Amino acid sequence: MADSADAIRINGTAVEPPGDPRVSLLDLLRERLELHGAKKGCDQGACGACTVLADGERIVSCLALAVQYTGREVVTIEGLTGEDGPHPLQRAFVEHDGFQCGYCTPGQICSAVGMAAELERGVPSYVTDDLAAERIAPGRDEVRERMSGNLCRCGAHNGIVAAITETYGTEAR
Amino acid sequence: MSKPDNTVKDALALGPENWADGEDPLARRRGGRIGAPVSRLDGPLKVRGKAPFAAEFPVEGMAYAALVFSTIAKGRIATLDTAAAEAAPGVVLVMTYRNAPRMRPMQQFDSSEKAGGADTLPIMQDEHVYWNGQPIALVLAETQEQADHAASLVRVTYEPGHAVTSFAEAKANGTDTGDFHGPLHLEIGDAEEALRAAAVSVDVTYRTPPHNHNAIEPHATTLAWHGDELVVHDATQLVTHTAWTLAHIFGVDESQVHVTSPFVGGGFGGKLVAQHQVLGAAAARLAGRPVRIALPREGVYRLIGGRARTEQRVAIGASEEGRFTALIHTGTSATTRHSAWPEPFMLAAHSHYAAETFLLDLQTAYVDMVANGSMRAPGGAVGVYALECTVDEVAAKLGMDPVELRIRNEPATGPTDGRPFSSRHVVEAWRTGAERFGWAGRNPAPGAVRDGEWLVGMGCAAASHPYVRMPGGAARITLTDKGLARVEVAAHDMGMGTETAQTQVAAERLGLEPGQVSFRYGDSALPGLVPAAGSQQSASIGAAVVAAQHALVAELLKLVSDDSPLAGLEADEIGAVNGGLAKLDEPERYESYASILAGAGRDEVSVEASGPPPLEMMNWSMHSFGAMFCEVRVNAVTGETRVSRFLGSIDCGRVLNPKTAGSQLRGGIVMGLGLALMEETQFDERRGRILNASLAEYHVPVHLDVPEIDLIWTDLPDPHAPAGARGIGELGITGAGAAVANAIFNATGKRVRDLPLTPDKLL
Repeated sequence: MADSADAIRINGTAVEPPGDPRVSLLDLLRERLELHGAKKGCDQGACGACTVLADGERIVSCLALAVQYTGREVVTIEGLTGEDGPHPLQRAFVEHDGFQCGYCTPGQICSAVGMAAELERGVPSYVTDDLAAERIAPGRDEVRERMSGNLCRCGAHNGIVAAITETYGTEAR
Repeated sequence: MSKPDNTVKDALALGPENWADGEDPLARRRGGRIGAPVSRLDGPLKVRGKAPFAAEFPVEGMAYAALVFSTIAKGRIATLDTAAAEAAPGVVLVMTYRNAPRMRPMQQFDSSEKAGGADTLPIMQDEHVYWNGQPIALVLAETQEQADHAASLVRVTYEPGHAVTSFAEAKANGTDTGDFHGPLHLEIGDAEEALRAAAVSVDVTYRTPPHNHNAIEPHATTLAWHGDELVVHDATQLVTHTAWTLAHIFGVDESQVHVTSPFVGGGFGGKLVAQHQVLGAAAARLAGRPVRIALPREGVYRLIGGRARTEQRVAIGASEEGRFTALIHTGTSATTRHSAWPEPFMLAAHSHYAAETFLLDLQTAYVDMVANGSMRAPGGAVGVYALECTVDEVAAKLGMDPVELRIRNEPATGPTDGRPFSSRHVVEAWRTGAERFGWAGRNPAPGAVRDGEWLVGMGCAAASHPYVRMPGGAARITLTDKGLARVEVAAHDMGMGTETAQTQVAAERLGLEPGQVSFRYGDSALPGLVPAAGSQQSASIGAAVVAAQHALVAELLKLVSDDSPLAGLEADEIGAVNGGLAKLDEPERYESYASILAGAGRDEVSVEASGPPPLEMMNWSMHSFGAMFCEVRVNAVTGETRVSRFLGSIDCGRVLNPKTAGSQLRGGIVMGLGLALMEETQFDERRGRILNASLAEYHVPVHLDVPEIDLIWTDLPDPHAPAGARGIGELGITGAGAAVANAIFNATGKRVRDLPLTPDKLL
């Protein structure tokens, strides 16, 4: 399928939307495209394991119907790994042991990439002191608050936060 | 052959053949690979989303399964109409008790050598319903969407029977003494009398709700029959048991079932054999198609039982000086007739404190519910919570510092079995932990420290978990003519870091660099019965690798040529170093593995051996310990609790890899925070149904709930544990919850004895 408006662009490749309108973006990725990086943890938007980036925004792909993403640019964990190797955040997750089982990890990483863009745009959270700031520093509390939609049951929270704060700035809050 | 060019290390003698009294020479060796903070070997794969989990194995021609769950807790299926489901688009098969193949029930995990089942019920064999949520139909379809839709079309009516769904009724019906590797009852002296006579006493009841594991990867299996051979890609923490259990159920030979589980998205005791693997295999057989059965999150709650509810009496009598004269820990845990798995909360009381008298007892009460089972630190998680909160209550009553009270009651030998400790440095853990945490700055008066609307408090608690090495550990070592070693064990890495740590240990033991060793696991075709359970894998694998190394050295000594420097030596004169073997007291008598194999004209040498029976557990009192310290801030207006600081001061023997070990300990502690503050499986006592079967409504700790968790450890090797290391997988969750609760008491003066400690209870 060429670059028509009816295609979903996934990691730079045009993909035909599924015929069955019930198919979630997550199931399109996992069951039809064999892109298993986005994980299914709850299928109801509660755990964040399926997080991907749609036009740079982090979304839970289990709550996204695939057919709604025609004409949009979707990036999954597979797309974050560049030609020249892993994304710096991927390396930082390994270095800081930001995971154990690895199941929530792709969602955590995609979510953190989307979150960093929100900080850059100055989107405040409830722990932000200066609501008018043009750019918000990724301090520990900002990161912990903003990453709370991504569950980790192994308890790798400290390593995840360390990896994110190291990658996107080290200003402590 | 060549003289080693790098002689920083002496040759390492072989490990003991008998761990009852033997000591592992590796345990005290410093400066090598053990203790190095190596990043996880599978990390690069996991962060790229390339690690294949059970629901991600592609199989040609696969159909997708969906389950229908019963909505009554006990009774019979009266009518079952599957016509609409069968007619729905894409449906391949609707399986119910009417057409399911005849299958034997599972044998329960721990009931025999290789049994791995969660319950003992008939599996879709008749119209009987045993719990609310039991699978009563399975739909197979070409896509998951089609299967899910068709499952919604199955119509069923029931003739309900009388279900026992209230704990009070279950207790009134009569209880049995729990059995967990023996009856859960112990009396030493007359504890009730000693309690009555004690100068100071506390006698209280703690209640803990059911909990669910909530691994983020839901249970999933992709499987295919090839004739009578079954290939299973499963999310499991016991590959060999799963193969045996499925073989037993379907009446095929164990060797005909091949289970792989290279990556598991968290287990925590929940990923054994449950009905979904069995039903998936049955449907695959019936339909003649490979099947993927991936439980939806709700399905995990319906099919996979977690930690059972408990009601615990803890009573402690003490002298004026704080010496315990009586320790009573008794009570009841819920279970089912079809699992009879007690939540053995009183086990920790066997070993925490010296007391003059003991009364420890656990009764099980029978509820009609999904079979409860093992969840991280069975007994320990909720039992240590109740015990350690009660000790805090005694300290408050005595007006004594809780750390000092614990140290005062430190036993000289195993308090209830008299066994010597293999290695116990609890007092050191308390002292160094208290120093680092700033415990001396704690205001002992409850409710005395306030920061704006926040009440601030500090608490502490002891943590413990027994050292376990289950029988059946075995390993294969294959050495190649390039001097590379492959170590193979049917063990598991669900995120514990097994592959990474065991590569380090095996390299050090064999005198190789980690890059020269590969560790293979997660496959039932490999040797050994090594379930990821009881925090025992490091010990089980360690002892098995030692046994295999003995076999390897014996084999190599047969291969050395007459002019080899090793010629004529016995195994006990030899050690491993620098990619080969050397005489222990004459290290210049050395030959590399590659040279030995080349001299013998061999491409590789492969040996397999089993670890000896775990007699060290009989000779010694062996436990991992921790001193947990917590600071909380409790909002005086809203009642919400924030854990602001946490320290675990750990005594677990040798730490094999501080990076992965730290993560495992932190993970347990985080689950302990959840246990204390938010986790509860809400069981509707009227209908027997789990109400919050969802990650949106079962609250686990999220990033904002987790403070920076500080860890220190004694790192003192246990001479009787392989590589000097005792288990750590379950230690963290014990003690952590009590430390939180005790800090809340210090902050607020409120002693809530009913978990979780949610804001409503603290207002």
